[in-house]
Amino acid sequence: MILEPGTHSNLKSRKRFDSLFRYLCLGAASVGVLILVIFLTKIVLDGLEYFSWKFVISDLSSRPKQTGIWPAIVGTLYVMVLTAIISVPIGVASAIYLQEFARRKNRFISIIQLNIANLSGVPSIVYGLLGLVLFVKLLAFGQSIIAGALTMTLLILPTVIIVTQEALKAVPTSYREGSMALGSTQWQSIRLQVLPNALSGILTGIILSISRAIGETAPLIVVGAATYVTSLPKGLRDHYTVLPIKIFDYANDSKDEFHKIAASAILVLMIGLLCINSFAIYLRARTNSKK
Amino acid sequence: MTSTGTDKAGVAGSNGSGNFSHNKVSVHLQRKIREGLIRTFCAFCALISVVTTIAIVYILFSQALPFFTHVDLKEFATGTEWKPTPEPGHFGILPLVTGTLMITVGAGLFAVPLGLLSAIYLAEYAKPKAKAILKPALELLAGIPTVVYGYFGLFFVTPALRNVFPQIQSSNALAGAIVVGIMILPLVSSLCEDAISSVPVALKEGAQGLGATKAETTMKIVVPAAFSGIVASFILALSRALGETMAVTLAAGSNPILSLDPTKGIETMTAYMVSTSKGDIEVGTMKYMSIFAVGLVLFAFTFGMNMVARKLVAKFKLNYQ
Repeated sequence: MILEPGTHSNLKSRKRFDSLFRYLCLGAASVGVLILVIFLTKIVLDGLEYFSWKFVISDLSSRPKQTGIWPAIVGTLYVMVLTAIISVPIGVASAIYLQEFARRKNRFISIIQLNIANLSGVPSIVYGLLGLVLFVKLLAFGQSIIAGALTMTLLILPTVIIVTQEALKAVPTSYREGSMALGSTQWQSIRLQVLPNALSGILTGIILSISRAIGETAPLIVVGAATYVTSLPKGLRDHYTVLPIKIFDYANDSKDEFHKIAASAILVLMIGLLCINSFAIYLRARTNSKK
Repeated sequence: MTSTGTDKAGVAGSNGSGNFSHNKVSVHLQRKIREGLIRTFCAFCALISVVTTIAIVYILFSQALPFFTHVDLKEFATGTEWKPTPEPGHFGILPLVTGTLMITVGAGLFAVPLGLLSAIYLAEYAKPKAKAILKPALELLAGIPTVVYGYFGLFFVTPALRNVFPQIQSSNALAGAIVVGIMILPLVSSLCEDAISSVPVALKEGAQGLGATKAETTMKIVVPAAFSGIVASFILALSRALGETMAVTLAAGSNPILSLDPTKGIETMTAYMVSTSKGDIEVGTMKYMSIFAVGLVLFAFTFGMNMVARKLVAKFKLNYQ
């Protein structure tokens, strides 16, 4: 069925094809590494010219030599910290409900599950439209940090729920049964046995999903993050800008100098993301070694 | 929530035997109430995701509906001119759809073969040492923000393409397709690898036992066996490409023309939404309503693709598990 008649006679060419195929696959697999190297080299080469500590902590300016990105960094921190504060409790509680309380899978639960899976596939810009109508216009938060953070919350919630569920799934059922056999209620066994054991898994997943959200730009543009702000945001109702939007803005600028500045801002963003992700990887490694 | 029921039960127990049973009952009741409250809170949180979906669908429809009282549905679906300004404007979505499809198809042509082959390498050939380099590289590639891909398209891919096509525009569909292809490559690769890895070893051993080479086993046994999973991963990755925004806005431009020339700047549905909603757009204008109409089309596309992919994955699981 598989080998056509006569194939045994051309063993040599089959062998040759075999090793050729192997190298073809190896080549394809190396493309990713190659692109990554080119990518990083390009960004570093372009970005180093304007990259300095002063660049990080200076205000925005329309003059390339003087501009910095501090307001964008502060704006990113505001939005992401607020997003984390809102989304983590809601996401973890949802996951606990789906994974722990609702152990018997009924129709209702499977609808919620399917729904979460679908939500995670909705393009981020659609969340922007949702945020624009719901938070900016309907709840009248305007183009403020709180509107941005709430939009980002809805965006990362499905991911947070999914990663938390994965972490909860990894805790052996016997922990729950043992604890409940000793007379604890379900919540006590969740709080005292399941959550502590799943904690680093949950943290790793959440940190990774937040770091993805930091690079997300489109929804924040739709809900009206500004490209240019003159002062740092002071409260949650203030205007703000974030790092990826500044990068977008600089890259789109007609002046060549700003393209280099975009690369410098990318360097700052990538270094930040690298720190966050390394922390998550450290957490994951610690969990794995404990097991 | 931090006070534990067991502590209280202990205190109640030492309170003399007279009211012991009474306290035990109340502690029991207290526990039950707290348990119920927490359970309800968690269920309420889980419901937020359902509400989000309903809100998305409702908002897209309710905001796009007035748009279709101004624009004929047939003109919207088949019109070849997209010119929101000056009012009343032309709203034929075909230029945006062809722009989006060019990016998606182009990205697929790049990422699907590369992703599949690299998944085959990772699942079938790679030694742990090679995996330790290849997998983190792909993960890193997946973690790069999309706006950075846009920068790369604009200032690296397009200048490189200019060597081949001297007349290429600074934002063009080809560069957009390539960077989106790079972007979805890690996704295709990791999903395909999962699909390939879950093919039972017995099938491979059977083929090799009959004298097939490794390449023949892979192409004639493993890939067909994992086929629905592989196709599902292609669809999921393409739906990601469809909804991709920042990279295409930068690399492919915002010029809604109906053209299949990949060296020209085009505009995708997502790019239109971003460039239109930049700044403050007034509620009730055609421009404002049009982003929801386009959003609705985009949502329908990606939703359909994700559902198909999920069905395929479910079918795939039934076969081998």
